[in-house]
Amino acid sequence: MLTNSKMPPLPSNDKRWRIVTGTMRRHGFARDALIETLHTVQEYFGYLDKPSLRFVAASLHVPLSQAYGVATFYHYFTLKPPGKHTCLVCLGTACYITGAGQLLAAAEASLNVKAGETTPDGNVSLVSARCIGSCSMAPALIFDGETAGNVSETVLRNKLQGWNN
Amino acid sequence: MTFEELEQIATDARAAKETFPRALNVCVAAGCLSLHSDAIKSALEKEVRRRGANCRVAGTGCMGLCSLGPLVTREPDGHLLKNVAESDAPEIVAKLNSAMPERLLYSRDQPFFQRQTAIVLENSGRIDPEKIEEYIAAYGYQALLHALTDLTPAQIVQEVSKSGLRGRGGAGYPTGLKWGTVAKTIGTTKYVICNADEGDPGAFMDRSVLESDPHRVLEGMIVAGYAVGANLGYIYVRAEYPLAIKRLQVAIRDARRLGFLGSQICNTKFSFDIEIRIGGGAFVCGEETALIASIEGRRGTPRPRPPFPAQSGLWEMPTLINNVESFANIPTILRRGGEWYASLGTNKSKGTKVFALCGKVRNVGLIEVPMGTPLRQIIFDIGGGVPEGHRFKAVQTGGPSGGCIPEQFLDLPVDYESLKEVGSIMGSGGMIVMDDSACMVNVARYFMEFCMSESCGKCIPCRAGTAQMFELLTRMTNGTAKLNDLDLLEELCDMVSSTSLCGLGQSAPNPVLSTLRYFREEYMEHIVRKHCRAGVCECNKLAEVSA
Repeated sequence: MLTNSKMPPLPSNDKRWRIVTGTMRRHGFARDALIETLHTVQEYFGYLDKPSLRFVAASLHVPLSQAYGVATFYHYFTLKPPGKHTCLVCLGTACYITGAGQLLAAAEASLNVKAGETTPDGNVSLVSARCIGSCSMAPALIFDGETAGNVSETVLRNKLQGWNN
Repeated sequence: MTFEELEQIATDARAAKETFPRALNVCVAAGCLSLHSDAIKSALEKEVRRRGANCRVAGTGCMGLCSLGPLVTREPDGHLLKNVAESDAPEIVAKLNSAMPERLLYSRDQPFFQRQTAIVLENSGRIDPEKIEEYIAAYGYQALLHALTDLTPAQIVQEVSKSGLRGRGGAGYPTGLKWGTVAKTIGTTKYVICNADEGDPGAFMDRSVLESDPHRVLEGMIVAGYAVGANLGYIYVRAEYPLAIKRLQVAIRDARRLGFLGSQICNTKFSFDIEIRIGGGAFVCGEETALIASIEGRRGTPRPRPPFPAQSGLWEMPTLINNVESFANIPTILRRGGEWYASLGTNKSKGTKVFALCGKVRNVGLIEVPMGTPLRQIIFDIGGGVPEGHRFKAVQTGGPSGGCIPEQFLDLPVDYESLKEVGSIMGSGGMIVMDDSACMVNVARYFMEFCMSESCGKCIPCRAGTAQMFELLTRMTNGTAKLNDLDLLEELCDMVSSTSLCGLGQSAPNPVLSTLRYFREEYMEHIVRKHCRAGVCECNKLAEVSA
């Protein structure tokens, strides 16, 4: 097992890096821990920035290109900081045929951003998902981690407006 | 752990339950939980304490009828309460020993409950998924103990073959055959992988099983490990299912505590452990070779087969990959025998299948029916049909790899072969009902958009072909298509399905092909008359302008 002496320096004094290192240690700093480690980074920092990718790649001895490749391949990882609030519109089949497309359009119009973007003031991120598995409540949305079912355009607009005030 | 010790745990757990004459089970699976069933549970607990009622309040898994959630059942009479709110707690507890108010009560005397046969979902909604003792009280881990003490690995494979179980991930490869192949490969290191990367939009069966009865999946995996000679298993689960991940973590910890996982399981020489790997939201990772690449920490791109994972899989070792539902069937098969299991279902498709019934249907939820049940029975009896004011149009099975089945095939028995014959596939079990407000061209475009953005980009037919097909379908929906675009589309369908590297590309044209087969007139309307009869597509606006 690799020891700490072979580790690159921590990107900052932030205590969260210890948790990230903990994940890597649990996997014996093996190369296949890359995805698990990136999950930890994203969970604690909200997104993957370049210093964190460099740090993880160097710690696990994987080429930076592979770390970047993985980070951009999987939809779950984001390289941009998320907004203060997140509105996630599910575009699964059940939601789609019950009007999720219109909901997404309404959210885009209301926030003036496209899906996958964050408002310029960094307040709201609008995200779309493939299927969140809440098909029984279609159309379903997730507002800041809380699932809302059978959402109407009015409910959506009110929620977004509430965040803006 | 011996049979006596296991029986003792079961007896203790049952006795602990029976000290309460009444029990209230609150569904805390994802569907009801997002309607705040946890708050209802605490309200009920508070109320029971306040009144000093002799009643147990427990959280359980999915009760199936998700559209009427949050759901609560009262034991021992099994009364089902629907649309329960926090404010109903005092009344429910006050009337513990009398009739429940009409507005909450939902009769079980309905086809939704009567037409189902539960194997995979037998404990779902009845036991607390976070308590291993309750699973044991429901005869859990008996199959494992039986397998380890009474059976040889070869006998287990034989039993699974006898059951006729076929892969529940969608392709329907005989499970026994797969186990046999891995068992026969020579090598000391083998792996078992549980594919819980349920990517099909509109499917939530695996998630529900993992949230409601995680030990069943673990037990199936451990038995599989013993049968094929593996000592390590991985569960690859979607990051989008945090509750399922949490319950799996609890289940693995508890199974280790009681010695069902770890070294020398149940005082035998067999050792096995399970690790969770969290996916990254890539649909292609449901494909087995892509999933393996992802567990190895790489981009999830598939590779050509053969060699199949059974010969060379994870870290080039023989690897058994099965779907969640396949593993969940194993404990029952071993407990009740392969022959019993094979007595359910049709000639070539045995047992039961779990479906996530959703879309334009009254009873949305999770159901389990014997193979061979006609579609009409599933949609109109169990599902309660299409809500008032609309007509049934098609049912979509198999997600982006499946097709739309029109009304004339409603009496089709649901099994692997019949669905394939009409241009769809069994798939993992998503069943989305569509009514006349759905435009079939638009649905085809929706699935093509899905495949286009989920294509990993490794092979050209899929990467470029799906993009071209999406472009053609977009033209049809916005009214700029010409008649020869239809020929081009069909040509591309053939090319992409016959030359793509993996299942994603090979099956990507299915939604287009099946809608072309049964709803060709809708395509013609879009192209020639610039008209969408469902009023969904942009081409209607165009027609208005020119008129």
